[in-house]
Amino acid sequence: MRSAIRFASIGFALAALALGSAPTAHAADTPDPPADAKAFKDYFTKKFPKVKLEDFVNGPYSMNEDMHRQWEEKEQFPPYDFSLDMGKEMFSKPFKNGKGYADCFPNKGIGIRQNYPYFDEKEGKVVTLELALNRCREANGEPPFSYVKDEMAALTAYMAFTSRGKPFDIKIPNDPRALDAYQNGKRYFYTRRGQLNFSCATCHVQSGGERIRAEVLAPALGILNAMPIYRSEWGGMGTISRRFTTCNSQIRGVPLNPQDDEYRDLEYYLSYVSNGLPISGPGARP
Amino acid sequence: MRGNMRISTLSLALTLLIAGATSSLTAGSEADFKAAYAAAEAANKEAAALRNQWTTTAAALAAAKKAADSGDFDQAVASSKEAEALAKASIFQATSEKEAWKALEIR
Amino acid sequence: MASTIRVRATSSGETTEVQALIQHPMDSGYVKDAKGEIIPPHFIQAVNFEYDGKSIFVADWGPAVSKDPYVKFSFKGGKKGDDLKITWVDNKGATDTITAKIL
Repeated sequence: MRSAIRFASIGFALAALALGSAPTAHAADTPDPPADAKAFKDYFTKKFPKVKLEDFVNGPYSMNEDMHRQWEEKEQFPPYDFSLDMGKEMFSKPFKNGKGYADCFPNKGIGIRQNYPYFDEKEGKVVTLELALNRCREANGEPPFSYVKDEMAALTAYMAFTSRGKPFDIKIPNDPRALDAYQNGKRYFYTRRGQLNFSCATCHVQSGGERIRAEVLAPALGILNAMPIYRSEWGGMGTISRRFTTCNSQIRGVPLNPQDDEYRDLEYYLSYVSNGLPISGPGARP
Repeated sequence: MRGNMRISTLSLALTLLIAGATSSLTAGSEADFKAAYAAAEAANKEAAALRNQWTTTAAALAAAKKAADSGDFDQAVASSKEAEALAKASIFQATSEKEAWKALEIR
Repeated sequence: MASTIRVRATSSGETTEVQALIQHPMDSGYVKDAKGEIIPPHFIQAVNFEYDGKSIFVADWGPAVSKDPYVKFSFKGGKKGDDLKITWVDNKGATDTITAKIL
């Protein structure tokens, strides 16, 4: 157990070293989302000059030629087909009270995925698509779905599919609480956590395009555009909630509950900085 | 902070040496385990409030409980101390990251 | 009930390319569930692609093949509008079949 303590000390020593070589922190503490989004896109387009902006939504498949070829083949007969069909069926089936998902969403729930998450000014919190779907169910007397299992994945797969090609259009209203939520999400993204002392940025900013064991890491730009994804590693479909919670446990951090504030805010931030990039979901990943 | 950790590492090592050398006389007692476990749990709870618990902390706590259930209080105390160290490290991480995250931000 | 087999066969002059995606759990029998109990083996053992009354592609599968298997192959011959029949049988004796037209 002394080695465990040593490991932790080493982790912090490394972090301290990284800190030592970092630029001095900015004085400005009021977030400027449009500036952040522009800086975010500039960072990745400069790092990967051969990748077109809209191609970032394919994550690892845009990171190297061999993977791109695999992706093209996969798209001819995508493994998410079954989940997508199930999602379409589920979406059209009425609840026991006769109403349906179409009654809870604008435009009957078709072609709206790119507007989620949004900041709900009445509630004062971020509302994601997964959260909205379960609220719709509960408002109509149906039990909520698990955020990490197949049913939620199938529903969000269908809704993403109806928005394919539409650019992310996340809005931050002129409300200090919305700015706070955005800033919380940003802070979560860059904060190191878990015994392995990684932040989301450690893998998806500093090491995007590089490998972690046998996997090529997706850059953070456009990383949510393909969700939900059929992941060969999972042998099935997974939601944004599933990805957030498993990422946490992979770095030895106890995951929070799906749709906890931190995760909602994180999704808000990541979606906003990818505004303009097209929805490509549902997707497939290794 | 690292100085403190070195001190606590040293005292932990000493405690274990003493415990090992005199195991036949003063083997880790149930009372020792209960105290060590409570300390570890308290630290882990503080980490929870900071929304930053580690899975390895939970694993060490579980190992401590398991050892205690089978009567091996030496191991139970050792695992509890490990859990407490991990929990404290996770608290340190959460606290220092409150400012440290800004260094990673893309601007 | 919808078929478990999705197939697309396209003929281009001399060869026909066939792609098929089959919905099946393909449980190897080595994986445990959340309760720690083995999930019993449940996998496709044989897949048969028939054209013009003859088997043109036969596969003997086992526990090493993953869930929802995908197959792609080409064969000489095959004309647009002709039938291609696909059948699978699994270790529980269940089976499914589909006949698709070559595009």
